[in-house]
Amino acid sequence: MNTNTHDRQGGGGGGSFLSRLGGLDRRWIFLAMGLSIAVPILLKLRFPEVPGPMARATFDAIESIPAGSRVLLAFDYDPASAGELQPMANAMVHHCAARGHRIVFMALWPLGKQMADATIKDVLLEFHPQYAYGTDYVQLGYKAGNEAVVKLMATDIPQQYSTDAAGAALASLPLVADVKSTTDFKLVASISAGYPGAKEWVQYANSANPEAFKLVSGSTGVQVSQLLPYYPAQMEGLLVAVKGAAEYEMLVTAAYPSADKPDLLAERLGQGRVRMGPQLVAHLLMIGLIILGNIAMVAGRSRGGAR
Amino acid sequence: MLQRTVPIAILGLSGVILMLAYFSPLTTSWGETVLEWFNILAAVAFVLGAGNLLAVNLEKISSRRPGWAYAAITLVSFFLMLGFGLLKVGAVPNPAHPEVSFAGSYDTAESPFGWIYEYVFSPLTATMFAMLAFYVASAAFRAFRAKNTESILLLGTAFVILLAQTAAGMFLTGWIPEDSAFAFLRLDWMKVAITEHIQTAGMRAITIGIALGVVATSLRLILGIDKSYLSKG
Repeated sequence: MNTNTHDRQGGGGGGSFLSRLGGLDRRWIFLAMGLSIAVPILLKLRFPEVPGPMARATFDAIESIPAGSRVLLAFDYDPASAGELQPMANAMVHHCAARGHRIVFMALWPLGKQMADATIKDVLLEFHPQYAYGTDYVQLGYKAGNEAVVKLMATDIPQQYSTDAAGAALASLPLVADVKSTTDFKLVASISAGYPGAKEWVQYANSANPEAFKLVSGSTGVQVSQLLPYYPAQMEGLLVAVKGAAEYEMLVTAAYPSADKPDLLAERLGQGRVRMGPQLVAHLLMIGLIILGNIAMVAGRSRGGAR
Repeated sequence: MLQRTVPIAILGLSGVILMLAYFSPLTTSWGETVLEWFNILAAVAFVLGAGNLLAVNLEKISSRRPGWAYAAITLVSFFLMLGFGLLKVGAVPNPAHPEVSFAGSYDTAESPFGWIYEYVFSPLTATMFAMLAFYVASAAFRAFRAKNTESILLLGTAFVILLAQTAAGMFLTGWIPEDSAFAFLRLDWMKVAITEHIQTAGMRAITIGIALGVVATSLRLILGIDKSYLSKG
């Protein structure tokens, strides 16, 4: 394996251990990171989480709309971000179904439809088998056009989606037969990995009709800074990264346990909490590495100064 | 002449209609029509993207440039998935129309398209994303140095967020009562203070700056001052 020149710096004899640390071969760092992720997964380490205000706000937003409301869930992500976002998507679908909300699925990302299909199969139909296609849930699928799709959804959904993902006319599906725009939904949720996603739902759908529906979002950690200005005024709830998913999972599973499949529910709606174990150890490793790197820098400087 | 005038006219007209549609209900339907055009163009862009993919990779293969084998794998994968999808190879019959084989869904895990998505594409993309953890750790060790006041502030913020984003935050400082005078020492309190005040304030300024930039650029495009989107010359 090749190592860059920086890896070999300080590797020669003569220097103190601390100053030579700066030239640590990066393969040791990769190994440490691999172990810090693998060991907690293998040991199934779980740590207690305390639901924060953002997770509670998301939970309360879905609770506050009347049972059986029509909600729109946009799966605006792909498998690359599934590790972070799928746990919150699972919890949100279970939460909506447990409240009896009727769910319309759609996607602004090409592979969002597949992510929604997997959630429908693994969560919706697994724990809520009474949900019937067309009356209780509908899959609209993916539409190209980014923010233009959102903008048209806000004014004329039948013009945007004349059929569902399988090609059935919207008029033939009772759940969406009378839907005109996003104002016909009580809540819109975007599980978002970036552009197009939650930000576009705020700017083009919510801003057009701010009082018509509640907007909540689940977001990856890297883009959350772009969404924070919209919370809580335009966006009533915001789930941030795996931690947000874990906190929300706790609230949902505590409020809506499964009587007949408790173990399966704990597994499917426990992925966020499972991932918090590796995240904790990896974060501690990162902090340790940063401290070590700085100690090596100081040691290297004082060694240079002594010369 | 027409090659430049017509696109500029279409862009200018579309931009003006979309602006009017925002302010006047009379022109809302015009705006919707323009957005429909945009959606059609966005779909056509996939075809252009595919054409570009072909051109770039075929050129790489024909000139035997370094890494040409990867280009060949890209093209084989592209045509394989295109064929499976367009021809609905192995599609699961649609329960509503079992007699029409082409009415079936091509993207369930039982079909080749869905199988490749589920067991090849999905794990590969997740792996690519997961590899970031290793490079971020290496970069943090080498580059995250407390060299001046700004970098010390950045380091302090990073430590607070890294700890507060896990159970370690509650473990280390959760014992401090939330209503005490020392509540500001709690990591979750510090995280909220950083994200909701400092970070959000900074992000708002950036967002407003971006919005002003978008308005300026859009006006330049609509008025035909900026023609950089047209072909060279």
